[in-house]
Amino acid sequence: MWLLKLAWKNMWRNRNRTAITITAVFFSVILSVLTNSLQEGVFDNLIKNVVSFYSGYIQVHKSGYWDEQILENTFENLPELQEQVIQIDNVEAVTPRFESFALASSDTLTKGCMVVGILPEKEDAITQLKNKVAEGNYLKDGDEGIMLGEGLAHRLKLQLNDSIVLIGQGYHGAMAVGKYPITGILRFGQPEMNNQSLYMTLSNAQVLFSAENRLTSYVIGLENTNELDQTAVNIRTSLGDTYETMTWEEMMPEVVQHIRTDKGSMVIIQLVLYMLIAFGIFGTLLMMMVERKYEMGMLIAIGMKKFKLMQVMMLESLFTVLSGCLLGILVSIPIVVYLYRNPIRFKGQLAEVYEEFGFEAIFPTSTNPEIFLNQGVLVLILGLVLSLYPLVKIAKINPVTAMKK
Amino acid sequence: MNTVIDAHNISKTFNPETIPIYAVRDVHLHLERGEFTALVGPSGSGKTTLLNLLGGLDKPDKGNILINGVDITSLRPNALIDFRLKNIGFVFQSFNLIPVFTARENVELIMQLQHRSKSEIDERVKILFQEIGLEEKMNTRPAQLSGGQQQRVAVARALASKPQFILADEPTANLDSKSAIKLLDIMAKLNKEENITFIFSTHDPRVIERARRVITLVDGQVHSDTRAIDTSGEHFIPIDKE
Ligand SMILES: Nc1ncnc2c1ncn2[C@@H]1O[C@H](COP(=O)(O)OP(=O)(O)O)[C@@H](O)[C@H]1O
Ligand SMILES: [Mg+2]
Repeated sequence: MWLLKLAWKNMWRNRNRTAITITAVFFSVILSVLTNSLQEGVFDNLIKNVVSFYSGYIQVHKSGYWDEQILENTFENLPELQEQVIQIDNVEAVTPRFESFALASSDTLTKGCMVVGILPEKEDAITQLKNKVAEGNYLKDGDEGIMLGEGLAHRLKLQLNDSIVLIGQGYHGAMAVGKYPITGILRFGQPEMNNQSLYMTLSNAQVLFSAENRLTSYVIGLENTNELDQTAVNIRTSLGDTYETMTWEEMMPEVVQHIRTDKGSMVIIQLVLYMLIAFGIFGTLLMMMVERKYEMGMLIAIGMKKFKLMQVMMLESLFTVLSGCLLGILVSIPIVVYLYRNPIRFKGQLAEVYEEFGFEAIFPTSTNPEIFLNQGVLVLILGLVLSLYPLVKIAKINPVTAMKK
Repeated sequence: MNTVIDAHNISKTFNPETIPIYAVRDVHLHLERGEFTALVGPSGSGKTTLLNLLGGLDKPDKGNILINGVDITSLRPNALIDFRLKNIGFVFQSFNLIPVFTARENVELIMQLQHRSKSEIDERVKILFQEIGLEEKMNTRPAQLSGGQQQRVAVARALASKPQFILADEPTANLDSKSAIKLLDIMAKLNKEENITFIFSTHDPRVIERARRVITLVDGQVHSDTRAIDTSGEHFIPIDKE
């Protein structure tokens, strides 16, 4: 108890130094929580964008489809198959799709397009397609009309309520021809989607391509996106070799690469940050040891074991670093929450790139509690490791020399 | 009477490899319980070094030191610290006290190190502060005390552990003569009334005057060892070397 008391009182003996240490720790925690929370937030946002954008977190195809996207690599939409997938842990929703290439024509112009047959409500539940409607209405089950990307409409000089003709090759070499009214215009940020995509109901697409009850993919939404890999493994095991199960990471390796590179540079920034913190704390420890050398020598002389003295020092460091950490966490919570609600908007080249991909040019933060905990604990450990220095010094103190002026 | 310190033939040499300084040379010293001894001699004569050896803060190169029958030169570092805690009270020239603790807490500290019970500590603290005449200053921090008061608190702390003897290296060196005499009077009273054994170094004649025994060091050797014949402490007779 008196050890605690001594440590506590020692902590306040040089208020400036303690204040400097606490402040250093305080800002370190805030900085590292912020950088981490921003990093996580930006990537979460990116993934959410990418995934909700189109691919879903996981897709199931017929084996070989991803490498060769032809109608011969489609599979039959069996109710029990869909049921089997939805039964798997962590699978929240499944929506079937039929996708194929076709030529789209107005009276005078022809462009290539990607026809996507969907179940409108289920599709929206996973990829929030409804949000992309710029004009007209979102598809309903049984609709005969189609929705198309704004860019595609523009290139074909077509408007809402005009008709569009689609020509392509159907299943087993059949001809695919159809004429549809335009009931919706979609606005995608990503140019490719904006200029090429065309949506119709799943049954219309299957009729158009003479592929009755066939699908190119199941698009899967997850309850907990952190368990992506495990869920993919479970689906893969459940469905066997006839089907291929791919995560968005496998379907879009370039996005994963981008995140990895960015995370790498973040690690370097953080290392530099931790080094600065370390030097700051170490400086105050050096000062303190010089200041207290005589007193420590005196305490050992009158009969205080070095181990006891070390305990006092350790407690003192713990109090100091811990208060800095707690204060840092406490103050960083509202900052992070504020930046989560009011994300930083950025401009310039990076913003253009983002917008090109249909993402909002924002840096949201992540409010994942683990970030606060991890960064707090990391700085705490850093502080405590540094406070081993006084312990080493104490182990070497000789009371006679320490008390010499 | 029983023996508290029994030092045989102790020597301490600094820088033995380069320019050796023979700080303490072949000293024999025998201290009985209840003695009130001044260690005198010019600056550099080895007083501090000898006291450090007797207090177990430093080890002699030669000879051994028995405190209450225990050879402290053979104790391991931790055992030695523990031995000091239980057997030796220390009063240093200055900065004896922990600045962040009150006078009382400074005195309590040593008893807490000895794991004394709270009631025992409370009781003893009261008595000790009465003895040094600083009851009203118990809850004052060292910085608010005069130099003399700080040294009196240091004496109380040294006494708190109920040591075999109290060792004080120039306890009055930083005090004005009034405070120095006051401190010595308190020490002499404790010696007389409670039979506390003191050994202190000094070169203040008025402090030497109050000693019951005076050991003079010259160049690290005992030059003379005299004991007062009457209680006034004014006349000294030589003591034969063993
Ligand atoms: N740690 C040390 N290293 C080298 N020489 C020392 C050391 N401590 C004391 N001395 C020398 O030993 C001699 C005795 O010193 P000291 O015991 O401090 O004398 P006093 O206390 O009587 O003034 C002096 O010459 C001093 O310079
Ligand atoms: Mg000296």
